Amino acid sequence: MSKLKSLEDLKRYREQAKETIKARKTNENLLIVGMGTCGIAAGAREVLNVFMEELNKRELSDITVTQTGCIGMCENEVLVGVKKQGEERITYGNVAPEDVPRIINDHVVNGKIVNDLVIGKPQSK
Amino acid sequence: MESYRSHVLICGDTGCNSSDSPQIQEKFTEELEKNGLTNEVKLIITGYHGLCELAPIVIVYPEGTSYFKVSQDDVSEIVEEHLLKGRTVDRLMYHDRDSEEKIPYYNEIDFYKQQERIVLRNCGYINPDSINEYIAQGGYEGLAKALVEFEREEVTEEVIKSNLRGRGGAGFPTGEKWKLAGQEPAEPKYMVCNADEGDPGAFIDRSILEGDPHSVIEGMVIAGYVIGAEIGYVYVRAECQLAVRRLRMAIEQAEQLGLLGENILGTGVNFTLKVVEGAGAFVCGESTALTRAIEGRRGMPRPTPPRSTEQGLWGKPTVVNNVETLACVPYILANGADWFTNYGTPKSPGTKVFALTGKVKNTGLVEVPMGTSIRDIVFDIGGGGIQQDNEIKAVQIGGPSGFCLPEDKLDLPVEFDTLDDAGAMMGSGGLVVMDEETCVVNESKLHLKFIQSESCGKCTPCREGTKRMLEILERITEGKGRSGDIELMKELGDMIINTSLCGLGKSAPNPVLSTLRCFEDEYKEHLENERCPAGVCSDLVKYQIVPDNCIGCTACARVCPVDAISGEKKQPHEIDPDKCIGCGECLKKCKFEAVVLG
Ligand SMILES: Cc1cc2nc3c(=O)[nH]c(=O)nc-3n(C[C@H](O)[C@H](O)[C@H](O)COP(=O)(O)O)c2cc1C
Ligand code: SF4
Ligand code: SF4
Ligand code: SF4
Ligand code: FES
Ligand code: FES
Repeated sequence: MSKLKSLEDLKRYREQAKETIKARKTNENLLIVGMGTCGIAAGAREVLNVFMEELNKRELSDITVTQTGCIGMCENEVLVGVKKQGEERITYGNVAPEDVPRIINDHVVNGKIVNDLVIGKPQSK
Repeated sequence: MESYRSHVLICGDTGCNSSDSPQIQEKFTEELEKNGLTNEVKLIITGYHGLCELAPIVIVYPEGTSYFKVSQDDVSEIVEEHLLKGRTVDRLMYHDRDSEEKIPYYNEIDFYKQQERIVLRNCGYINPDSINEYIAQGGYEGLAKALVEFEREEVTEEVIKSNLRGRGGAGFPTGEKWKLAGQEPAEPKYMVCNADEGDPGAFIDRSILEGDPHSVIEGMVIAGYVIGAEIGYVYVRAECQLAVRRLRMAIEQAEQLGLLGENILGTGVNFTLKVVEGAGAFVCGESTALTRAIEGRRGMPRPTPPRSTEQGLWGKPTVVNNVETLACVPYILANGADWFTNYGTPKSPGTKVFALTGKVKNTGLVEVPMGTSIRDIVFDIGGGGIQQDNEIKAVQIGGPSGFCLPEDKLDLPVEFDTLDDAGAMMGSGGLVVMDEETCVVNESKLHLKFIQSESCGKCTPCREGTKRMLEILERITEGKGRSGDIELMKELGDMIINTSLCGLGKSAPNPVLSTLRCFEDEYKEHLENERCPAGVCSDLVKYQIVPDNCIGCTACARVCPVDAISGEKKQPHEIDPDKCIGCGECLKKCKFEAVVLG
């Protein structure tokens, strides 16, 4: 560790340090991976890990990755929900690791829903 | 950069370590490995969480789900269900006492919901061994502000404006104390942190040091800068090994980052911090005794003035502050005095941490805004009496030399001046709840016994007076009290208070005098009728068998360790009062309510 020599140094250091407790901050933006028995069988763990990697690579810290149990749509596993602040939750089905960059880039970052993967959407739309 | 999808926080506090927290940590490591989760889930050992009787506590983030009383056998279920499958383990969650509803997040439990956590906000949330986590939470920002953005005087003014008052007991305004020492011409000056915490049963300062050591270090550096001290000491009891270890680790990390040591944050300010491990005598917590102990001399108080701010450590200007006081300082600097005064009352801003113990459902550490009533702490946070049918009769506030407040005084707010005016004191933050099964005479005797054994012996009234008082209390609880004993104790008590040198002697008679004020009848029962109404003083407890209720089942006779019970089968039994030692076993055994306290 090198010494911090100014207020700016401390601020910069803090930004980095925030990573260490990121997983403890529940965010307004959520990415929810279905991890029921069937989800796991369908490869949910791998999808989850790819999400983590991708978010890290892009240094996106305002979204929390969390997991949920079976939501009763087992035939469509892996299921991934994206719930952004103030918006309805969108559920994607049959998500493969290859789909992860699209979900992140289009939906999480740019707010555009990845329509071909959507299986659950609020009624109104 | 490390990235984990989940953090599992396990309390590694002394309290939890004495339950089986270390084994649980081990088990988690094992289970994570077994399930291939080591790279996804991070284990974090935190400090104190507060709700002791439900320890150990495990919190899983990002959901923030809290599990209580986790045993080794529960670990695999948490790992498999929650971490692997994303399903919560409901049976380990907190269940609301009244509604039976399960509460997944610890901050929604009554015990935590009503608290305001400033000093304890990092305790149980961050890893105390990681300076990065402390900094991520905004740590060392107050120090940076103080050093870079403010002039020295401005920092003092800010602390004066915050009206922060010493949490070590006396409530002296912290900023004013710093100003006094800062104005002294003599050099060098010293900054001392008082972490002696000698109250039996108090664990506030220890918990802060164990759970958030950097907050104390940061407060020390700021204080040192303000008064112009380049050396600081933390005096902590050698027996608090975990606190000592964490503190040393934190000091090392802060030095590596240039937040402690020479040329802090490139500002040219120097401050070195040393840990002094003391042998631990109650009187060493008194500030003049404390500085002597640091010098390597016997910890004995000396007359003041001169105050420590004029002549403290090695005769040089010294500020002594309590751990909790110092832990408030970084937040005041980081957020401003106005933010701090939003909490609490105008004359006592901020919060106070209490160690809630005794006959109350939820024991543990609670932090509330100043001005909260004792009743709210005991009933809303503490959940009321430990046994439904037992009425709470009093609360002892301020440790072994504190005051006993009867039930009808519980609406008093915890605030320095109001408590003083009511003839009590804030003290160090001990709150001991007593119910009808607590004998106030016995309680006072135990407090006085502790204090008496801790008297340094320098002044006669404290050394001899407390011994005389103890003798009187002992004979009263043995049924050998003499008429005039109560008056004699009042007289002795006043004399000790008025003629002792230091705070130990001046406060020693408090428990006795305050219980005499509101529970004189209970003393008289012991004295005149040789009866202990609470059934505690074993020499006075007399058991009897009500012949009409007794069916002669012989159960009591069989458990009596001294064969004091006689009687024919199916005939009423009888207790021989001369043989009975008052152990109470027969009362517990009898299913027919035939055994009663006489
Ligand atoms: C017998 C006795 C024991 C004391 N023990 C402690 C103690 O354990 N911790 C503490 O901070 N203050 C203790 N004090 C109070 C200190 O003398 C001093 O007032 C305090 O450390 C000042 O810090 P503060 O202004 O931050 O409260 C004790 C006082 C007396 C008379
Ligand atoms: S009052 Fe008691 S503890 Fe204090 S200096 Fe005198 S003898 Fe020692
Ligand atoms: S246990 Fe109760 S009922 Fe039985 S002999 Fe003893 S007093 Fe009587
Ligand atoms: S109180 Fe104990 S000693 Fe006395 S009669 Fe009952 S069992 Fe025997
Ligand atoms: S220390 Fe673990 S919860 Fe109390
Ligand atoms: S719960 Fe850990 S110390 Fe009380």
